[in-house]
Amino acid sequence: MAITEDEVRETAQLARLELSDEELHRMTRELDAILGYMQQLADVNVDGVEPTTHAVPLDLPLRADELGPHLEIIQVFRDAPDWRLDGFFRVPKIIETDE
Amino acid sequence: MTLTDLTASELAEGIRRKKFSALEVAQDFLERIDRLDRKLGCFYKRRDPLAIAAEAATVDEKIARGENAGLLGGVPVGLKDLFVTEGLETTAGSKILEGWVPVYQGTAVTKLREAGAIVLGKLSMDEFAMGSSNESSAYGPVRNPWDLARVPGGSSGGSAAAVAAGLAAATLGTDTGGSIRQPAALTGTVGLKPTYGRVSRWGVVAFASSLDQVGPFGRTALDCALVLEAIAGHDPRDATSLKAAVPRYAEACKRPIDGLRIGVPREYFAKVDATVGKPVMDAIDEMVKLGAKKIDVELPHTGYAIAAYYIIATAEASSNLARYDGVRYGLRVPSENLQSMYARTRAAGFGAEVKRRIMLGTYALRSGYYDAYYLRAQKVRTLIRRDFEQAFKLCDVLAGPTSPTVAFKLGEKADDPLAMYLSDIFTIPCNLAGLPGISIPCGFHDRLPIGLQLLAPPLGEETLLRAASAYERATDWTRRRPEEPA
Repeated sequence: MAITEDEVRETAQLARLELSDEELHRMTRELDAILGYMQQLADVNVDGVEPTTHAVPLDLPLRADELGPHLEIIQVFRDAPDWRLDGFFRVPKIIETDE
Repeated sequence: MTLTDLTASELAEGIRRKKFSALEVAQDFLERIDRLDRKLGCFYKRRDPLAIAAEAATVDEKIARGENAGLLGGVPVGLKDLFVTEGLETTAGSKILEGWVPVYQGTAVTKLREAGAIVLGKLSMDEFAMGSSNESSAYGPVRNPWDLARVPGGSSGGSAAAVAAGLAAATLGTDTGGSIRQPAALTGTVGLKPTYGRVSRWGVVAFASSLDQVGPFGRTALDCALVLEAIAGHDPRDATSLKAAVPRYAEACKRPIDGLRIGVPREYFAKVDATVGKPVMDAIDEMVKLGAKKIDVELPHTGYAIAAYYIIATAEASSNLARYDGVRYGLRVPSENLQSMYARTRAAGFGAEVKRRIMLGTYALRSGYYDAYYLRAQKVRTLIRRDFEQAFKLCDVLAGPTSPTVAFKLGEKADDPLAMYLSDIFTIPCNLAGLPGISIPCGFHDRLPIGLQLLAPPLGEETLLRAASAYERATDWTRRRPEEPA
């Protein structure tokens, strides 16, 4: 087994995804097959090889911290499921975290 | 011959020379969509015909006054529903964004419209561009115009099928692991994935940010050249967009291919059925007759590309898709506390393939697994990139099949995610290395199109377009049209 059902459950929690029992079983089976396939990467000799994060070399340009063209806050709020006119997204009460 | 049979470049020229009007063109395309799209399912969202007519009339007025109507003046186009469009619903094929009407518009779409193209609507796609068959869309599959029982490929399936069926003269798609080239191959259209950074990604819903790239579909390489010329270039809003000047891509299409060195990677033919491999090799031989040279090359790490890609792409996706949490836009499933609101919203809003990839990516980034999966995949990515660097010392372009098979049947691979991933073997390495690639039609098997893929070094789009155009002129594949669905 490349992955266990417990690991799938923990990963789902990290990903903020609620999975039904049926989904959990199926996900474990599918991820196990996919991760099994990924094991072949262990066969590659990567000693001394630098990782590639971007294929095309990039400089990271800095820009002046100045206000550019932007949307009005009220336009952005209009897309939200719940918000207040005084400029806040409204969310359910944060009772506890699961960390 | 009706106007919807013409290529984008023929339409632009005809409108410019007043052989027909932009309004007539728009009218013909709208009627054809009305008549055929119920059977094909290309368009997720159509634009208001009155808005389309008004834009077409503006193009005609400009031309009547002798003004420049743009490179694509009056050409009807469609957009993959991954492009953020102001005032026009944008869903990325997902329930989690259903009903989102953006208040801004992405750079590529703005540039396309500034070049005179007229947007007909938004095209169906695999949810968040994750899929190779268009079956993971939350809004139903798209059908292949060559055989309605078969998939058009994915993830830009609607963009490919719309061009193949003559419902749009050209379309935009995105390509993260083959999502332009594979559907182009499966629908007998031309699809161009530019160099990473050639086109701005600002205002394109993100899937895997180090791999995503915007590109065109057309009936010919020249059509793709015109669209690329319109949308390419640096954008201050996308720090990864390249500063290189944008060439006149259409000019490259006219140049001959004498002396062009075509590399043929052994690994790209090893596991391909002769039904696809033979027509692709014939196409390469045809290019040799036109003056090109054939050179055998090796890309030894090809076999590891899928494993590396599906770790890197899903890791990036798990991070990019964290923003869909029910707070700022889209769906929210009410719940008693914040954590369960997140988890329930995402459970209800994402489809099975997206959940699978978020899980895979989250797992690959977990502490304890990071070195074995993500970091190792990035190192293998370096080796794949070096394979290409070595090969391009010997040749100017690489040629091979775009997809190992012709279009498969709807449902055929839907229950086997790994089998679906494996079909991306020839398109994925190009994204990992950031290269430009094009797929062009090169034959049929059982009346289903086959695609020839050409790859070039970074910013080698002109070489691709030149080679593709020369081949097109020597053959008649790009003039073939599917029969209208009954």
